[in-house]
Amino acid sequence: MNDIPKIETKPPDGKEIIIEISNLKKTLGDNEVLKDVNISIYRGESLIILGKSGSGKSVTLKCIVGLMTPDSGKVNVLNINVPELDIDELQELRMKIGFIFQSGALYDSMSVRENLEFPLVRHEKLTDDEVENRIKEALTNVGLVESIDKMPSELSGGMRKRIGLARTLILKPEIMLYDEPTTGLDPATSKEISNLIIEMQKKFKVTSVIVTHDMKCAKMTADRIVVLKDGVFAAEGTYDELQKSDDEFVRGFFE
Amino acid sequence: MNSILPKFLTDLLLIVYGLYRFSVRYFKEVFKPPYEFKETFRQFFEIGNKSLGLVSLTGFIIGFVLALQSIPMLTKFGAVSLIPTMISISIVREIGPVITGLICAGKIGSGIGAELGSMKVSEQIDAMEVSATNPFKFLVVTRITATTLMIPLLIIYADTIALIGGFAAMNIFSGQSLQLYFSTVFSALSFADVIPATIKTFFFGYAIGLVGSYQGYNASRGTESVGIAANVSVVYSSIFVILLDMVAVQLTMILY
Ligand SMILES: Nc1ncnc2c1ncn2[C@@H]1O[C@H](COP(=O)(O)OP(=O)(O)O)[C@@H](O)[C@H]1O
Ligand SMILES: [Mg+2]
Repeated sequence: MNDIPKIETKPPDGKEIIIEISNLKKTLGDNEVLKDVNISIYRGESLIILGKSGSGKSVTLKCIVGLMTPDSGKVNVLNINVPELDIDELQELRMKIGFIFQSGALYDSMSVRENLEFPLVRHEKLTDDEVENRIKEALTNVGLVESIDKMPSELSGGMRKRIGLARTLILKPEIMLYDEPTTGLDPATSKEISNLIIEMQKKFKVTSVIVTHDMKCAKMTADRIVVLKDGVFAAEGTYDELQKSDDEFVRGFFE
Repeated sequence: MNSILPKFLTDLLLIVYGLYRFSVRYFKEVFKPPYEFKETFRQFFEIGNKSLGLVSLTGFIIGFVLALQSIPMLTKFGAVSLIPTMISISIVREIGPVITGLICAGKIGSGIGAELGSMKVSEQIDAMEVSATNPFKFLVVTRITATTLMIPLLIIYADTIALIGGFAAMNIFSGQSLQLYFSTVFSALSFADVIPATIKTFFFGYAIGLVGSYQGYNASRGTESVGIAANVSVVYSSIFVILLDMVAVQLTMILY
């Protein structure tokens, strides 16, 4: 494919770059997952990453939070190059980033309250009342205050996703990374989660990067969409632009 | 990997190296605040609680059988009165610590391996990491500390139960009195028996916690790796218990 649309690297007028990835390479085993990933993500936008299963979307997100170290390339987050950070600096940066895992990753052995408490009490000096209020507030945001004393195993898939969201938002991050937030949910619940993402985007003015296959979710949440193919971002545009793309592979996602 | 060494040996070396690094990290973090006291206590009691039944049962049976087996033989030599001494020394020095250690390797080692393995596979450990908390401290340090302190207690407890089991057999089959039995048992024991035997149990506990945590924490992707982590934990922590015991026996013989 020679006619790859060029990805805009200069910030458009008035936009601040919050994440900038350049020449990112990552090989896992003998699988060259990311070959040359380049992208600038702007403050306040909501960016969708599309790509087939196994194309390296999760790996890209993990490189942004430093869960994986790239083989080469830059990952600048808030003007800091993530691969160069030591563990303490990384922790400090991670306070500003929320990560929603594909599986939800709720702590199975802890109740909903303890799940939310876990990051909170380890970062902020709060009284018991303040902790309680913050937890209730976060749960209210996702509409699940009544589940505060439930265990994760008692929750449905959609509820688990929402608790995961609440647990992340309780630290008031600037950047939210969502790994397939609606995968495995029924259409109605998917729509609820998509709405919640938009709502949180507006309420907390976060920058969102959303990995998804769910085109309804993409349509609702996207300011901009990029397509990951063969280890590079092969297309970029708005939902409407990519829907009319000349590239059959890109159009395939919209059919 | 194609090397001159057989595969099991390279695996063993890799694991030993991994355990060494894990150990270094443990000692770096265990003394560094903030301390996870609450979680350490929770693990401590959970480990004790989970193993108490099994340890009681096996402890009693071992003491009972040991005495029972000795009665006919020693009766022939007219040495029944030596049985409590023999039981006491063999249980406190060797049988109690090793058997209880092995049981704990099976029960606790596999439990830790499976628990941390499933947390790893379901991305819970990653989730702790990206929320800027320290999963190593919360999950690993607490568990290793808990096993290091709890397994010696379990072993002392098992020794006691085994001695009681021995008494039961002596009482039923040879009519020995409680007072005579226990006074013989205690007079047979010297510090040279009790102290080294107790010291080594801390190492057993440490090894069991270390191996289980290491295997679980480093489980690879996919649900089958949870089973593997549990399984390998049992195998290696059992091997370590036996190896450590061997070293302890050698050292004791040199020192005393
Ligand atoms: N920790 C890992 N070790 C080895 N291979 C991995 C690891 N994580 C992901 N991979 C491989 O990298 C590729 C991309 O994975 P991933 O980013 O999870 O895909 P997806 O786009 O579906 O999120 C896959 O082939 C996967 O098997
Ligand atoms: Mg993925």
